[in-house]
Amino acid sequence: MAASDKAVPAGEQASSYWKAGVDIADAKAPAGPIEKKWQTRQFEAKLVNPANRRKLTVLIVGTGLAGGAAAATLGEAGYNVHTFCYQDSPRRAHSIAAQGGINAAKNYRNDNDSVYRLFYDTVKGGDYRARETNVYRLAEVSAKIIDQCVAQGVPFAREYGGLLDNRSFGGVQVQRTFYARGQTGQQLLIGAYQALERQVEAGTVHMHTRHEMVELIIVDGRARGIVTRNMVTGAVEPWLGDAVVLATGGYGNVFFLSTNAVGCNNTAAWRAHRKGAYFGNPCYTQIHPTCIPVHGETQSKLTLMSESLRNDGRIWVPKKAEDCAKDPRQIPEEDRDYYLERIYPAFGNLVPRDIASRQAKNMCDEGRGVGPAVAEKGPDGQIRHVRRGVYLDFAEVIGRLGKATVASRYGNLFDMYAQITGENPYETPMRIYPAVHYTMGGLWVDYDLMSSIPGLYVTGEANFSDHGANRLGASALMQGLSDGYFVLPNTVNDYLAAGPFSKIGPDTPAVAEAVDAAKGRIAKLLTIQGQRSVDSIHKELGQIMWEYCGMERTEQGLITAIGKIRALREEFWSNVKVTGKNDDFNQALERAGRLADFIDLGELMCVDALHRRESCGGHFRAESQTEDGEALRHDDEFCYVAAWEFGGDGGQPILHKEPLRYESIELKQRSYK
Amino acid sequence: MKITLRIWRQADREAVGGLQTYQLDNVSEDMSFLELLDMLNEQLTAQDLEPVAFDNDCREGICGMCGVVVNGAPHGRYDSSVPTTTCQLHMRSFQDGAVIDVEPWKAGPFPIIKDLVVDRSAFDHIIQAGGYISVNTGAAPEAHSTPAPKRQADRAFDNATCVGCGACVAACPNGSAMLFTAAKVTHLAMLPQGQPERMRRIKAMVAAHDEAGFGGCTNIGECASVCPKQIPLASIGQLNRDLIASLFKGDGK
Repeated sequence: MAASDKAVPAGEQASSYWKAGVDIADAKAPAGPIEKKWQTRQFEAKLVNPANRRKLTVLIVGTGLAGGAAAATLGEAGYNVHTFCYQDSPRRAHSIAAQGGINAAKNYRNDNDSVYRLFYDTVKGGDYRARETNVYRLAEVSAKIIDQCVAQGVPFAREYGGLLDNRSFGGVQVQRTFYARGQTGQQLLIGAYQALERQVEAGTVHMHTRHEMVELIIVDGRARGIVTRNMVTGAVEPWLGDAVVLATGGYGNVFFLSTNAVGCNNTAAWRAHRKGAYFGNPCYTQIHPTCIPVHGETQSKLTLMSESLRNDGRIWVPKKAEDCAKDPRQIPEEDRDYYLERIYPAFGNLVPRDIASRQAKNMCDEGRGVGPAVAEKGPDGQIRHVRRGVYLDFAEVIGRLGKATVASRYGNLFDMYAQITGENPYETPMRIYPAVHYTMGGLWVDYDLMSSIPGLYVTGEANFSDHGANRLGASALMQGLSDGYFVLPNTVNDYLAAGPFSKIGPDTPAVAEAVDAAKGRIAKLLTIQGQRSVDSIHKELGQIMWEYCGMERTEQGLITAIGKIRALREEFWSNVKVTGKNDDFNQALERAGRLADFIDLGELMCVDALHRRESCGGHFRAESQTEDGEALRHDDEFCYVAAWEFGGDGGQPILHKEPLRYESIELKQRSYK
Repeated sequence: MKITLRIWRQADREAVGGLQTYQLDNVSEDMSFLELLDMLNEQLTAQDLEPVAFDNDCREGICGMCGVVVNGAPHGRYDSSVPTTTCQLHMRSFQDGAVIDVEPWKAGPFPIIKDLVVDRSAFDHIIQAGGYISVNTGAAPEAHSTPAPKRQADRAFDNATCVGCGACVAACPNGSAMLFTAAKVTHLAMLPQGQPERMRRIKAMVAAHDEAGFGGCTNIGECASVCPKQIPLASIGQLNRDLIASLFKGDGK
């Protein structure tokens, strides 16, 4: 089959879940050849005189790579910056957990790398669903990120000559990934954090930790402020300024279990969405095949193991379900099913992430999973116990190369695995299972990173722009820092040049209304006093999302999921129990507010997945596959960004399409055979 | 497993706190210590009691947000066979029937916010004083213009792995944050980019450390023994050498 084959038409019921809106365009990317666009935009953007910058206030929510870097840079430029984060310090942001590395087109290896090649790889990796102009700029500024980080004292891995080391990552054929052992995210975040703290000392940045954004303030059509809840005292208060930046990360925790930090949430973005910011491609999530499996019902989060393990480990499950509880070392070779090697003889254990993930789920659904049997609610509503894990076996490579060589390659990962599971992976096969890792979708932004609300900017994982339907390894850190250090600080001035905007205060009607709305919502959460804990409802939402909007989606499944989510929303607002009061440090209240927004987002994700009747990147629609079970894109119908407008509580979301135009790159169907 | 927890409960900064005892059944040895607290909180919520407040975020040992004193040792160092953060401490480290004491970090500069949650903003203040290299965005030279010898770069990295959890302070009989301060000082002192501000940095950071109310270091070494990232005591030696050198040099060197 070819990519141009028509997609299966949507059923009548499916298309009743959304309304069609008008197409949109990214109006800010200038005309001209792609390699000149960013330069042109920087030249055409209006500037703010250095003497006027301190009169302009920028509010930045989230202080990870994208927010911390932007705050530091705008502070250096002389703007009056306020930052907000839910953690006790910006150094905690979940950017810190990224292991692998950061890509940059330095071509230090003299291996034919270039800005164009990084751009090309990223667009192709995104399965041709990213915006070309943004991705080119990302590749263009990537080299400067490395310069900046080195100057800040980020201790990247070096060679004996004192120069930076590189490795190849994520299946690309050049060595362009810079790394700091398995802790690259940590080191880059600490660099941005230090730059931010320097500006705090300089008095340009005012840092507000343990403050959670609970509402966006719009005055005269412009984003002018936010409402926060002080997580120590419970005070709900407005903060006003000339522009608002959301750098609040991804929404993987809609699945309850993910590799995100437990506090990661989508409330800031969702509050903005409700006030008019379009949400781009919400169904694009990345599921990573090599995570440590769930141990039981009390599991609170999942931990990623580097994908490099698949280079040497062999993945298998028992052929017979009755062997699944046995010690794997007692299962003879002929009773093992090395299913990836069997189904995909050419690529074997190195098939792409989505395929490795989907097949692991299939094996466990068949009843051939391994590890502890964990209770879950099936589609029929019955509780069943399923083993969710497959073996990743290193016995063959240890036999071939010796334990010492394997330890030198994967020692830290084996130690981490042993610490979490209590099992020794040198002796017994690892158990792995896919987990939600990254969300490519996010608030829609234009070339300047401005959302559909004037004055509201969105950076990093929180926006949708650079990764299309699938993110390549080592490109999340690159995007966060590109947006934070180089893009936003050179585009926000175009908007701020018209400021300072009209004087507003706590008594301005729109401000008072936003504060009252936030307070009313908190009061409502505290008065329900039902029977169910916040976490029990969140886990149920996670199971619905994982079952129907996870690795494989179908029209019928998504319709079922939407029905279940609506019922769960009723359950939440009538039967949740939030202990304690507002004027206190109240973690149950924090979680309840976040979950309420996750429930609404979950429904939108299902609607987006329902409307996209093609498979692309991390989104696999069962109705759109080749005869061999490969993902099948439909470029003629779906080569666009789905930007969703909030349709009101209980209303249908409105779909605006931003057509994707590929002028520099030719569209191709992915093939791994 | 059956576990008895004796947890420090304190309503707010000014309140008088105390240990309260809770019983948990059906604890799995695969659970992390924080999942045990989650389980307790679900139980308390079902009983209409207020859950225990505790800080945590990444739950994979890297963000530094979590940290409690378990059986008298930060991050449960006496119970765990390897250095770890609290989130990577697992219940298989404990015996069935164990009685476990859980307390917050106890140090003057870390006031208690509620139950097991403390205010560690004093750490941010130490970094603000000089824990950085002054380079504005866009002003950086080409990354390869200054090679950094691998041995020193590796030592910089080892010190840069500090997660800022505060276990070193909680373990120190003097309530000193010298290991935290030394980790940052050593990280930046080992790199060529860190040299221009090296002397100014150390004076400013040590002054901020003292001003925050942290105690002096008397080389006891409890800090390094509980450090989840194994920042070595030798880093404090590096700090002391640099501090003495700085006394003979002007701010700009």
